[in-house]
Amino acid sequence: MTSPRGSLRPRPPTLLDRRRRRVDELAEASGRSLTADAFRRLRRNPVAIVGAVIVGLFVLVSILAPWIAPHDAATAFPELQRTLRPDSIPGAQPGFPLGSDQNGRDFFSRMILASRQTLLVGVLATLIGLVLGVVIGALAGAFGGWVDTVLMRVTDVLLSIPSLLLAISIAALAAKPSQTTVIIAVALVSVPVFARLLRGSMLAQRESDHVLAATSLGVRRRSIVLRHMLPNAMGPVIVQATLTLATSILDAAALSFLGLGDGDPARAEWGLMLANAQSYLDVRPALAFWPAIAIILVALGFTLLGEALREALDPKGRR
Amino acid sequence: MSALLEVEDLKVAFTRRGEPDTVAVDGVSFDVKPGEIVGLVGESGCGKSVTSLAVMRLLPERGNRVAGSIRMDGEDLLGLSDSAMRERRGRDLSMIFQDPLSSLNPVIPVGLQVTEVLTRHRGMKKDAARREAAELLDRVGIPDPTRRLDSYPHQMSGGMRQRALIAIALACTPRLLIADEPTTALDVTIQAQILDLLKQLVAETGTALVMITHDLGVVAGLCDRVNVLYAGRIVERADRHELFRQPRHPYTHGLLGSIPRLDGPPGEDLAAIRGSVNDNLPWASPEGGACAFMPRCPRALEVCAEVTPAAEEAGTRLLRCHNPVPVAEGAE
Repeated sequence: MTSPRGSLRPRPPTLLDRRRRRVDELAEASGRSLTADAFRRLRRNPVAIVGAVIVGLFVLVSILAPWIAPHDAATAFPELQRTLRPDSIPGAQPGFPLGSDQNGRDFFSRMILASRQTLLVGVLATLIGLVLGVVIGALAGAFGGWVDTVLMRVTDVLLSIPSLLLAISIAALAAKPSQTTVIIAVALVSVPVFARLLRGSMLAQRESDHVLAATSLGVRRRSIVLRHMLPNAMGPVIVQATLTLATSILDAAALSFLGLGDGDPARAEWGLMLANAQSYLDVRPALAFWPAIAIILVALGFTLLGEALREALDPKGRR
Repeated sequence: MSALLEVEDLKVAFTRRGEPDTVAVDGVSFDVKPGEIVGLVGESGCGKSVTSLAVMRLLPERGNRVAGSIRMDGEDLLGLSDSAMRERRGRDLSMIFQDPLSSLNPVIPVGLQVTEVLTRHRGMKKDAARREAAELLDRVGIPDPTRRLDSYPHQMSGGMRQRALIAIALACTPRLLIADEPTTALDVTIQAQILDLLKQLVAETGTALVMITHDLGVVAGLCDRVNVLYAGRIVERADRHELFRQPRHPYTHGLLGSIPRLDGPPGEDLAAIRGSVNDNLPWASPEGGACAFMPRCPRALEVCAEVTPAAEEAGTRLLRCHNPVPVAEGAE
């Protein structure tokens, strides 16, 4: 029982030590990082490539929108308005590749600038939903007991309501429909999904060997939850976030379409453009076609990427 | 020297509503002196791991009943508050687990898992803890320790991971280390290295070691004293040399007899203990007692099915048997 500190002095390496080092180095070289492994499988998956290309293009377009778009989205052009009638909307012509919208504005520029709105709403709503869901799920999974019961029963109730219906109800509660209410409504709908998912994987973490090992070292509960359980439990939640991006974009477009978003006619937004195009379906169906295609493509892109990501990260699919 | 750890009449039962309790540990008593290496040996399901988890108070909060006393330095660990126990874990007593891969957190670098304990129990600052961690990794024979601090568990070999776990467990130089089958998940050559390392570190730091294993080879090379567990009770305890030279309990005798010997006559069949743990009788039942090992015992008598054998101590040896293997001529 002497002071152990003194005895922890390094000793000179023996021949055996050097041999061990060599063996350990060889062993290390054969190991591959989990992330690199997942990424490699992702790159080989054509579904992932298609999803990534769509998402990449979409993000690129929305970032560069003001530079790509040939015209301002809110300006009406006399050369378009000249031929604009209630029963005839001008189509493609020099300088206006997709023709005019119902108000004589450049439809192509509006389509491009609308991508920003979609990305903003989708990302913000998903982020808010993710953060709230993670907090709730982590609390439930880490504490268990009555905290878990209360939080999960509320979650169950919310999960039992169809998501779009729930989003409509929440958005309709707002005094004045605006983009913020759309974001909040769409975010709240995704909270129970994240919460339940994270709670499940937190529970699995609670039973894991490395959490038991950390407990056996007297690590504080807060560190156990935040450092040892949460980061390991986040995998499925991250994948779900990619998939939620797709549904959030769809839900947000649906809310706009139903008139529960910001109704400002100057604003370019795919859901709103789709709603406005309804009255001109027989006159110029392209006004409905392009926003619809854009929404479908973006949602498809995120879904494909999300599914591929889930496959790549699933340890059971590893070969 | 007085004992560092005294486990007395420890009973652990797992409870399930609507079902009879499953008794995993049934009145186990043993002690560990400072700096001593004590073995807990037995086959799967005999209660060795549950005993160690009970000492660390790591059994699940619900679904079990723990009775008896576990004293460390005279203080009853079972009576401590959760937070007081958490203070002691890692500082006064710590544990090494079987599977070195799953016992390390896969998403944070190994170095952080070492420094975590240092900052927690020794109040070290980040930089000092990092230097100390590198020294600890070096101490357990991990090459290039400073670079290794930033490695993730999956970037290390099995042997290195177990070395890292040992470094973490010994970071605060606890007075008691419990090793639960620390070599089972490793290759045979690495096993020997890890056992050597444990032996060396324990000798240098004065830490007492409770070695839990089913491998008598590990016991033979390491332990000062050996407790042989069967069905949740200690059936024989002796000093290592005494136990191997002269096993008295038929179970111990059978275990030693079932090890192939290089110097044995060629062509001879390997002795086996017939049956399995499932054939056990309960030590105590409403109808009375019995010896749990009776159905498998080659030396069973009538009395073995009727009376629970009491633990009899003679010198350093403890024996729980009605009809022990006789002391061979000239062996003692």
